[in-house]
Amino acid sequence: MQTAKSQTFKDKANKVMGISKEDALLTKSYIFVAFAALLLGGILGLIQGLNRAGLLELPSWLNYYQVLTAHGLILVVVLTAFFTIGYFYASLSHTLGGLLPKVRTMAWIGFGLKIVGFVLAVIPIIMGDASVMYTFYPPMAAAPMFYIGLALIVVGVWMCAFGAFIQVANWRRNNKGQHVPILAYFATGVFILLFFGSVPVAIEVIVMIIPWSFGWVETINVMVARTLFWAFGHTLVNIWYLTAVSAWYVVVPKIIGGKRWSDTLTRVVIIGLVVMNITGGFHHQIIDPGIAEAVKFMHVFMSLAIGFPSLMTAWAMFAVFEKTARKQGEKGLIGWYKKMPWGDVRFLAPMIAMIAFIPAGAGGIAQSTNQLDQVVHNTMWIVGHFHLTLGMSVVMTFFGISYWLVPYISNRVLTPQINKLGVIQTWIWTIGMIFMSGAMHWVGLLGSPRRTSFTTYGDNATALSWSPYLMCLAVGGTLLIIGVLLQVYAVVNMMFFAPKGETEFPIAEEEENASKTPYWTERWGLWIVVMLLVVAMAYVIPLTEFIVNAPPGSPPYKTW
Amino acid sequence: MKMHLDEKIWLTISFGIIMIFMFFTGYQAFALDMAPPSNKEIIDPQKVDQTAPFDKPGVNKIGENEYEVIMTLQAFSFNPGNFEVPAGSTVHFTLTSKDVVHGFEVAGTNLNAMVMPGHIQKITQKFNKPGTYLVLCNEYCGAGHQAMSTTITVK
Repeated sequence: MQTAKSQTFKDKANKVMGISKEDALLTKSYIFVAFAALLLGGILGLIQGLNRAGLLELPSWLNYYQVLTAHGLILVVVLTAFFTIGYFYASLSHTLGGLLPKVRTMAWIGFGLKIVGFVLAVIPIIMGDASVMYTFYPPMAAAPMFYIGLALIVVGVWMCAFGAFIQVANWRRNNKGQHVPILAYFATGVFILLFFGSVPVAIEVIVMIIPWSFGWVETINVMVARTLFWAFGHTLVNIWYLTAVSAWYVVVPKIIGGKRWSDTLTRVVIIGLVVMNITGGFHHQIIDPGIAEAVKFMHVFMSLAIGFPSLMTAWAMFAVFEKTARKQGEKGLIGWYKKMPWGDVRFLAPMIAMIAFIPAGAGGIAQSTNQLDQVVHNTMWIVGHFHLTLGMSVVMTFFGISYWLVPYISNRVLTPQINKLGVIQTWIWTIGMIFMSGAMHWVGLLGSPRRTSFTTYGDNATALSWSPYLMCLAVGGTLLIIGVLLQVYAVVNMMFFAPKGETEFPIAEEEENASKTPYWTERWGLWIVVMLLVVAMAYVIPLTEFIVNAPPGSPPYKTW
Repeated sequence: MKMHLDEKIWLTISFGIIMIFMFFTGYQAFALDMAPPSNKEIIDPQKVDQTAPFDKPGVNKIGENEYEVIMTLQAFSFNPGNFEVPAGSTVHFTLTSKDVVHGFEVAGTNLNAMVMPGHIQKITQKFNKPGTYLVLCNEYCGAGHQAMSTTITVK
């Protein structure tokens, strides 16, 4: 009881006094790396966009596929992983009474492992020995150092995941019978997914690919490797999405002066996204050989099921807007939008991110059904889809978070000037993405393939008809690089130059008359078992078939 | 957990949409025979040239308005390439890769299949409209990936 009391006191002190210096430095470092990655990855993205439209011929020492591999790795792995971990470690520190020293140490070791891993992976890319894309499908084989780097990144992420588990377990021991604060609950879900989702890719890289790329074993089972990759690949993007969702449920209501929507529903959505997530990756293999039609049909359900929690989220978000506006005296059916703080970047960016998720999610549902996927698989449509989901819904939410998180960890404030810059940045990004992602979707429907440098296939008439769309793509990409520069400038300013002062960590309260959240939501052990059962349902049949009915394996190839 | 009536309606509709998608996907796959390419035969990826039917890649007439195309994909070409079929013919493609992962896509049709080394993929299309169709590889396969294409002429 004594410890519980002192813990509560520490919690309160922590909230009033702001984040401790050590915890702030940790998150600052993660966020700094994330935005450095945005700058670098953004520039590489621009180079690709201009080349793809036929506007820029790359010099002989710089290959399109080399640039594309680096762009994917830097933005999909570095930006998102570092932002997510930095953001959730600040959340854990803020809501659970400061990080435990050993947890902080683990997060720093994770930081080091990820940086070393990233450098090891990038060296062969620069040398031209790893132009294999961030999906690195065997039997294309990069230099072993590339895979060792990837393995270290995964181990670094695991360190952070276990650090978070220790932190949450410690709080629960000291606060028996209580619900973990909502952001820490989101963090728990995210780190569970990060750990279990990266187990398959760790097996692929460490057990299968590394010995093969060194030549210790001669051949590899390409379908097993590919299946393990996608069990991870799609989970990864949904983790960043779940991170963005945490800000939608918890932070956005506070910024508009409202209350959080049902705590129970929020936690049920998190559980749903965690339990059903890993199996979703299978829809990347809808037109693969070697998998029975019935299995593919079952997987349509597994993929579409992930849409359900998102549809719950959509309802909850608009309900919060309406309720908040009504409290402020707004009447009428859709009058709520008049009461929203559109001039506040902390609201505007995540709001547009949410709206973007309506077409993004609808496109996702469409393309995970078998026949529709066959129309767009591996075309530019897919690239448009993940630039709308990741590049808009997720990354714009991250941008919105940065306008309070960076001042919070730096003991500075968001000035009206930077807020205005943020609003302008948000609109530039929005217009750029509409151009780029819109053009990608459209030209993809016409058949233009993804991951292909500028080509007219020998002046083929069909390929030439795609040119106007690719030009739109380049226009969008150019606007986006302006957005990147403004955003990076804003982050650097808020981190090092903005006026000193207190910034609040915005967490909305629950409704006054909220019904009590049932305690079964805290039983993560149970939810993990359910998750593993779902994973087994999805993957035991295809993996067993690939192993039992395996063709002779493939030797490594370097085709670039 | 108490829920508002309109929330219940919304979630029921949401679940209904997912079920409708499931129904149509299943109906198209199993009743209309439109399932995605899912052939389960295997082959030694290093002995494609010696293994039937890929020892003789080509276009074979197998019936009235019906053709079979035995095709290998390799960095960075399709074999056979640039072939013709009469308008209105149904073409059955049998595909495999001799090296890395490739994609088989014919722009303007629903022909789209992953072609993996070690696996034989099959896909069928009826070509009604005359014209020149662009065949391209839509899975990154190396330095010459952007040049990996051919055509099917329908007369």
